[in-house]
Amino acid sequence: MTDQAVDTAVEELTKPRNQWLDVWDQFKTHKGAVVGLGFLIFITLFCAIGPLIWDVDPGKLDIRNKDVRPIYMAIFDSEAKTSWARPMGTDHLGRDIMANTMQGGRISLAVGWTAMILAVLIGTLVGVFAGYFKRLDGLLMRFTDLVLSLPILPLLLVMMLLFRDPLRAVFGPEQGIFILIVTGIGITSWMQTARIVRGDVMAIKEREFVLAARSIGTPARRMITRHLLPNVLSPIMVSATLGLATAIITESALSFLGLGFPSDFPTWGKILFDSVDRMTAFPERVIWPGLAISLTVLSVNYIGDGLRDALDPRIRGQ
Amino acid sequence: MLDQTPAPLVRVRDLKMHFPIYAGLFRRRVGEVKAVDGVSFDVMEGETLGLVGESGCGKSTCGRAVLRLYDITSGEIAIDGHDIGTVPQPDLRSMRPTMQMVFQDPQASLNPRMTVEAIIKEPLDEHTTLSEAEKREKVAELMDAVGLNRKFAKRYPHAFSGGQRQRIGIARALALNPKFIVCDEPIAALDVSIQAQVVNLLEDLQEQFGLTYLFISHDLSMVRHIATRVAVMYLGKVVELSPREALYADPLHPYTKALLSAVPEPDPTLGTAKERIILQGDVPSPSNPPKGCNFCTRCPVVMDICKQQEPVTHEVQPGRFVACHLFNDTAGPTAGQEV
Repeated sequence: MTDQAVDTAVEELTKPRNQWLDVWDQFKTHKGAVVGLGFLIFITLFCAIGPLIWDVDPGKLDIRNKDVRPIYMAIFDSEAKTSWARPMGTDHLGRDIMANTMQGGRISLAVGWTAMILAVLIGTLVGVFAGYFKRLDGLLMRFTDLVLSLPILPLLLVMMLLFRDPLRAVFGPEQGIFILIVTGIGITSWMQTARIVRGDVMAIKEREFVLAARSIGTPARRMITRHLLPNVLSPIMVSATLGLATAIITESALSFLGLGFPSDFPTWGKILFDSVDRMTAFPERVIWPGLAISLTVLSVNYIGDGLRDALDPRIRGQ
Repeated sequence: MLDQTPAPLVRVRDLKMHFPIYAGLFRRRVGEVKAVDGVSFDVMEGETLGLVGESGCGKSTCGRAVLRLYDITSGEIAIDGHDIGTVPQPDLRSMRPTMQMVFQDPQASLNPRMTVEAIIKEPLDEHTTLSEAEKREKVAELMDAVGLNRKFAKRYPHAFSGGQRQRIGIARALALNPKFIVCDEPIAALDVSIQAQVVNLLEDLQEQFGLTYLFISHDLSMVRHIATRVAVMYLGKVVELSPREALYADPLHPYTKALLSAVPEPDPTLGTAKERIILQGDVPSPSNPPKGCNFCTRCPVVMDICKQQEPVTHEVQPGRFVACHLFNDTAGPTAGQEV
């Protein structure tokens, strides 16, 4: 009988409950995060699968059908030029805005995510090394200050000028520009993350559990992955969500200056800037891409907030 | 001839741990905090050496330095026959399983983002090649040994009380079957009722696994309960090192006398009759200790020589070592050597 009891106890131990289920349960309690996740999935599907369903070429010029208003304008103004074939209207060259928004979203989201991940990776790496290894601290942080003090936009412009043509030649015009923009944004926006992570790592390094791990003989690399990184997750998460927003906006600024993607290549930022001139006459051309950018950023912020809570066992326990 | 005793498990000689102070515009080194300044002691296998002293006298630093959690300034440390005083940190890794530590603050010494199982498993991950299932079984055994329910393995430290957390810390220290454990005030952050539990647990484990403890505490009655020998520290130096009974019955060093007189007496009639020695003034700064004896600024029986010459540790009675000029003449010529 006793043996059996021990057996069941052992069984219970060998079949632990998956901790990601706990994380998901906690995540679900954060309403904003769930709504944010829903929107992010929607906008990602809209951009990724949308063009397969709405297979209108975003670059096709249709001068006869230019300046078509969105379909809902018919409600307010029966005179307005609307068409069911162009539910979101067309721009001043007759390009379909819905197709453009989908195509632009693909690029904007891809640039935003990749640049953000790159920036967070660099920032975390620099921050952890500077915070953990005293010898590297001065060097790395002065380097961070150096990059921080560079004027970002002129630097990006110079980078575009210098590397655009060689990269285009190697990877093709779109791929080349994509790599250039992502790297450019990535390597100019990691500094805040690095500073925050460094500060947190320095504080956590002095805690007793790190000393305990040292007394066990945990080497530095596992000390970082096992003890430091999980404990600096929250600030990294926050700067990641902010980084995504910055990346999308920087990309649109570059496109506006004519140094981003080629002019026939839509992104949300570019659609936005293209339409600014005639904003009063056609507000929808600014509102839709602007809303897409803001809502994406907002939803990522909420998801980050929810994830941060869900990954903290102290909050999760309650 | 009398020294035919077995070799000590831990042998510390003239251990110094000085922390540099940097100041000024160019961060120049302007001095050092002499947290531990020439400490020598032996810990025999299976015994418990109590290390007592007031706050800031260097007890914890001493304990950590013995385990080489700091890079020591000078001195010799030998644990289980291996000299570890000057070994570079990466080479110490293979020695780590022999020596472990239980920390003061059970709240801070456990990673809040790791489950109990992961915390206790960490030493096994680092030093053994057991399979996952074997490790889990070993963790469960350790949890049994320290009196924690096995079912709590998947919980996080915040879900436990202070006493339970300290048990987790003890289980982690035991995971690699160490010979020597430094207990750095393991009971200071706990309730009195829990203190007894934890100390009894430590005693049981000592019996069960044949452990050797360096028990750091400022609680003199608890040290009296657990220690076999007691070392009294003042301002980075050991002023008296004696077997427990002798120290508590007849303290020799004036500082020990003052320290023991501060232990509360539970019997009120005895308590009022007891004469307390109240020291005047504050502990001098460890970055600028006084000339001569460290205790000369507060000693009730200070002599002229105390302010000139640093006292040397003498064996004044068999097994009792004192560093005080009061005992210079009583020390025999053969016992006059430094410990």
